[in-house]
Amino acid sequence: MAPAASILASEEGGATVFRAEGEWLVVTAAELDRRLHDLRMPQDRQVTVDLTGVNRLDSTGAWLLLRTEHELAARGNQVALENLQPRFAPLLEQVRARGISEPLPHPVPPHHTFVGFLARIGMITLLLLNRVYDILGFTGLVTVTLLRLLRQPRRLRLVATLVQMERVGLDAMPIVGLLSFLIGVVMAYQGADQLRRFGAEIYTVNLLGISILRELGVLLSAIIIAGRSGSAFTAQIGTMQVNEEIDALRTLGLDPVEVLVLPRLLGLGLTLPLLVFYADFMGILGGALMSWLVLDINIPNFLTQLQSAVTTTTLWVGVVKAPFFAAIIALVGCYEGLNVTRSAESVGRLTTQSVVESIFFVIVTDAAFSIVFSMLKV
Amino acid sequence: MAEESGDFVIRVRNLVNAFGSQVIHDGVDLDVKRGEVIGIVGGSGTGKSVMLRTVVGLNRPVSGSIEVLGRDVLHLNDEERHKLEAHWGVLFQDGALFSSLTVAQNIEVPLKEDLKLPQRLMAEIAATKIGMVGLPAEAADKFPAQLSGGMRKRAGLARALALDPDILFLDEPTAGLDPIAAAAFDQLIKDLQSSLGLTVFLVTHDLDSLFAICDRVAVLVDKQIRVGTLEEHLRDDHPWIHSYFHGPRGRAAQPAGTH
Repeated sequence: MAPAASILASEEGGATVFRAEGEWLVVTAAELDRRLHDLRMPQDRQVTVDLTGVNRLDSTGAWLLLRTEHELAARGNQVALENLQPRFAPLLEQVRARGISEPLPHPVPPHHTFVGFLARIGMITLLLLNRVYDILGFTGLVTVTLLRLLRQPRRLRLVATLVQMERVGLDAMPIVGLLSFLIGVVMAYQGADQLRRFGAEIYTVNLLGISILRELGVLLSAIIIAGRSGSAFTAQIGTMQVNEEIDALRTLGLDPVEVLVLPRLLGLGLTLPLLVFYADFMGILGGALMSWLVLDINIPNFLTQLQSAVTTTTLWVGVVKAPFFAAIIALVGCYEGLNVTRSAESVGRLTTQSVVESIFFVIVTDAAFSIVFSMLKV
Repeated sequence: MAEESGDFVIRVRNLVNAFGSQVIHDGVDLDVKRGEVIGIVGGSGTGKSVMLRTVVGLNRPVSGSIEVLGRDVLHLNDEERHKLEAHWGVLFQDGALFSSLTVAQNIEVPLKEDLKLPQRLMAEIAATKIGMVGLPAEAADKFPAQLSGGMRKRAGLARALALDPDILFLDEPTAGLDPIAAAAFDQLIKDLQSSLGLTVFLVTHDLDSLFAICDRVAVLVDKQIRVGTLEEHLRDDHPWIHSYFHGPRGRAAQPAGTH
C-alpha cells in the first residue's frame, strides 16, 4: 500500500487548527505540497498545527511542516506545532536548526541573453587567439630544448624515442594501410565511372597517382595519426599531470619537455614520412587492383601510364609535408596534455580538443602548402 | 516493518570474495542492527571497500548470502532492486558528485528518478539537505570542481540523504580531511544518525572516527571478520588487532579512561 498523508483545516473555538496526518515522507511530498498549496492560509489568527496523527516523518516531511509554520507566521499568525511524537523531535530540531533556508533563486545563465551571446562569441574568439599564442610559445620552448639537444646529443632519450616510433609508426601500419588501400579502391571506382563517359578511362591512373601522392596519402595518414596518437599523447601526459607525475619530474630535476615531449616529437617526425610513403604505396595498390578489375587495365599498363603521369616530384610534394604535420600533431597533443588540470574530467575534454585542433591545423597548413606550391609552380 | 528478520538491517552470511585466485573474504558473517553505527576497519588490501561494494550490490561475491532490510540482495529483479536502493544512501570516497551538475542538481538526481515532485519543492528539499550537512546556501549553484574536498564530501552526503534512507554507507568519509574538518564531519554524522535514526555502515581508517561515533567495530583480519565493541577489541590479543588499537595512534585516539 502506498503511504498516505494529509493535512486538513478546521475552526475550533476561535482558533484555526491544521490537522496533519499520516506519513510525512519524501514519497508523499508531492501530494502534501499540492494539499498545502490548496489550503487557505488564515491572517492574524491563532493557529495550531496538530501533529498527533503524524506517524512517520522524514527530513522532507519536517521541511514541509516548518515551511508551513514559516508561511503562517509570515501572515501574522501565532503558530504552535503541537503533539509531535517525541521520537520525531530531534529530526524536527535538526532541520529547524540547520536546514531552514529558502532556496536561492538560480542566476539566469548569462548566455541566454543577446548581449550574453555576443559576449560569448567575443570570449571564444579571444580564447582561440590566446590558444594560438600559447601554442606558438610552446613551439618556441620545444625548439629551444631541441637546439640544446643538438648541442648535447647525449641527452637524447633514445629508448623512449624508439618506443614512440614503434607505437605511432609501426603499430599504425595495419590501419593506415587498410584505409589507404580502400581509398585507392574508391577513387579508382569513382574516377573510372566519370572518365568512362569521355572514353578517357586510362586517365583514372593519372587521377589516382596525382591525388594520392600529392594530397590523399599524406592527409589521410596525418588525420589517422592525429586521432590515434595525438589523442594518446594528450591522454598519457594528461594522466601524468593528474597524478602529479609531471611535478615529480620537475622536482627530480628533469625537464618534462625533454623527457616527454621530445621523444614524441622526434618519434612522430621520423615515422610519419615513412607512413606517408607506405600509405601512398597502398593507395596506388588499391587503385591498381580496382583498375585491373573494372577497367581491364593490367598492372604493366597501369605502371606505364603512372610513369607518364607522375614524377618523383609529385611524390616529394606529398612526403615533404609529413614532418610539418607530424610536428603539429605532436606539439598540439603534448601541449594539451600539459594543460590538463588536476581533474580527470579535463583529461577527456582536452583529449577531444587536441584531436580537433591538430586536424584543424593540419588542414590549414595543407591549404597553405597548396598556395606555396602553386606559386612555385610544382 | 514485518519483512525484517529480527532487528538486523544487514545480514551477511558466509561471504566469499575473490579476485582471480586471490581470496579477499573467506566465509565472512556480519550482522548490523537497526540504528547502530558500525565501523569496518582493516589493513590496506583487506577488502574494506570491497565489503561495502558487495553489500550494496556493486560487486558480485563468489558465494554467500546478503540480506538488506530482509531482502536477498543477490537475487533481486530490477524492480525490487530499485525499490531497495531507495532505502540506502552511499557516500563514496571523494563524494562522487556528477561533475557536470551543480550541487543542488546532484541532490535532485535521486528525487527526479522516482518521484514526480514540482521543481520548486525539489529546490527546497535540496536547500534543506545542503543546510543539514552544514554547507552554506550559496553552495547550491556551485559545481563540484569549485568546492574543497571537505565540501565535496558534505555535498555527497547531502545527495546520499536525498531520499531519507534507512541505511547510510560511508566509504572513508574523513580520509583527506584536516583534523578539524574530520572531527566536524564525525559530529555531523553522529547528529544526523541520531536525528534521522540512520543505520550507518562506516568504512574507515580513522581511529578518531571509530572512537567518536561507532557503536560496534568489525575488524577484517585473515580474510575473516571480528565484530565487537571497542572494549572487546581492546582486549583482543590477535597481533594485528592489538597493534592497531594499542599502537601509538590507537592509544592517542582512545578517550581517557578506556585503558
